[in-house]
Amino acid sequence: MALTRDGNQTLFSASMAGTLRLIVYLALACVLMVFDHHGHWLAKARYGAAFVIEPVYKLAGLPSQAVDTLEVAFSSRKRLTEQNRHLRQDLLLANARLNRMAAVAKQNHKLKQLLETQRTLGMKVQLARLIDVDLGAYRHRIMLNVGSNQGVTPGQVIIDANGIMGQVVEVLPDTCVGMLITDPDSAIPVVIERTGVRTVAHGSRQGGRLLLPDIPVSADVRVGDSLLTSGLGGRYPPGFPVGTIASVQPGASGMFLRAVAQPAAHLKRSSNVLLLRDLAPPMGPPAPAIPMGPPVKLAPKGVQARRGGS
Amino acid sequence: MNRHRARNWLFVGSLLLSLFLLVLPLPDAVAAYKPYWPALVLVYWALEWPDKINLGLAFVTGLGADLLTGVLLGDQALRLTVLVFLVMRFRSRLRFFTMWQQILVVLALLLNNRVLQLAIGLFAGQPLPSPGFWVAPLIGALIWPLVFLLLDDLNTRLRVRET
Repeated sequence: MALTRDGNQTLFSASMAGTLRLIVYLALACVLMVFDHHGHWLAKARYGAAFVIEPVYKLAGLPSQAVDTLEVAFSSRKRLTEQNRHLRQDLLLANARLNRMAAVAKQNHKLKQLLETQRTLGMKVQLARLIDVDLGAYRHRIMLNVGSNQGVTPGQVIIDANGIMGQVVEVLPDTCVGMLITDPDSAIPVVIERTGVRTVAHGSRQGGRLLLPDIPVSADVRVGDSLLTSGLGGRYPPGFPVGTIASVQPGASGMFLRAVAQPAAHLKRSSNVLLLRDLAPPMGPPAPAIPMGPPVKLAPKGVQARRGGS
Repeated sequence: MNRHRARNWLFVGSLLLSLFLLVLPLPDAVAAYKPYWPALVLVYWALEWPDKINLGLAFVTGLGADLLTGVLLGDQALRLTVLVFLVMRFRSRLRFFTMWQQILVVLALLLNNRVLQLAIGLFAGQPLPSPGFWVAPLIGALIWPLVFLLLDDLNTRLRVRET
């Protein structure tokens, strides 16, 4: 009798202590989550722990890289020949297009010189390779093998040969995380190439598609229309292909058309991507005019120094 | 002494491996159904070597997983702490369950884990996941016998030699 009571007592107190400890840990976790949500601790912690995290990512990316290598090593001669032929064709086409583009670019350059604008067409890019890491099945994120040591900064635009892929959202010393344009958090200002209608393409939950929920009912939108970046907002540079309209329906409210688009970039298949070095020039209201005043020479000493400094 | 150390290595190694498997990519078709490895490994050790497992360890493992996946710091720490707490609480009963009953318990634990994940995600303003979200716990429960038998085999070998 005494024994069972004793046993019960220890069991009870042990479970009480356990519950208490659980509550302490849960509270600690909640505090961490709240602080992370507001202060973005996780990014800082990840940057600090990069020397542990990055090797893990590199290691985790190895199997898929090995599969790629093996595929090249063991693919049949016939397939390689076929692929070679395709690539040659593509190269020829691309060259032809490039030649045409060069002519257009030259013309454009002349026109721009005429207009005395100083924006150059040449864009600095940086080649990056995808590290195949599982960042969660429901998250549209990719990991690239360049980081702050290579001069990457958050906000840089990621493109592949076919169009816009997304933008860099988190930078570690030797890797960075990019958000795809299909991410539910992503929104990209676009213009419909055929008609010039401007709208915004959002990411969607049903992976791999873009949603355009607010096209005016009066706008002329058809299936197959291609979308380009409009350059509004200043994050994505104008004129890059974003996708093609796959379906158009009236929205639930009847006030807007709701279109679904297929991204132009090969979001799942690209292994080499480009990072745009130059961020797009912000398009918006002009910079506020410098307040007029008396000539600098006439200003008192202190003010003059401050102006010179600024 | 040496075998004891080997068993320790198995313990630490299995936990680290489970974290590594968390970020190991799978083909797109099955990526959504990946079992939640750290949970399975923690459940095993909580059942078989309770002296080693405590809530603090679960918390630290979860923090490691959070650092690796980079979603929300503290999210997996909370979920794994709850999971280990539940297993430790009912450990004396769970140990004598048959494999089928254990599979059901693991399924319940993983589903509970998903519910917590959903709640935390909604609080943090993440979008609602697709229905495939609820399939992964099923896969995890079905894989549980494999994890259990593999770890148990290694564990008992090291333990038998120890005595």
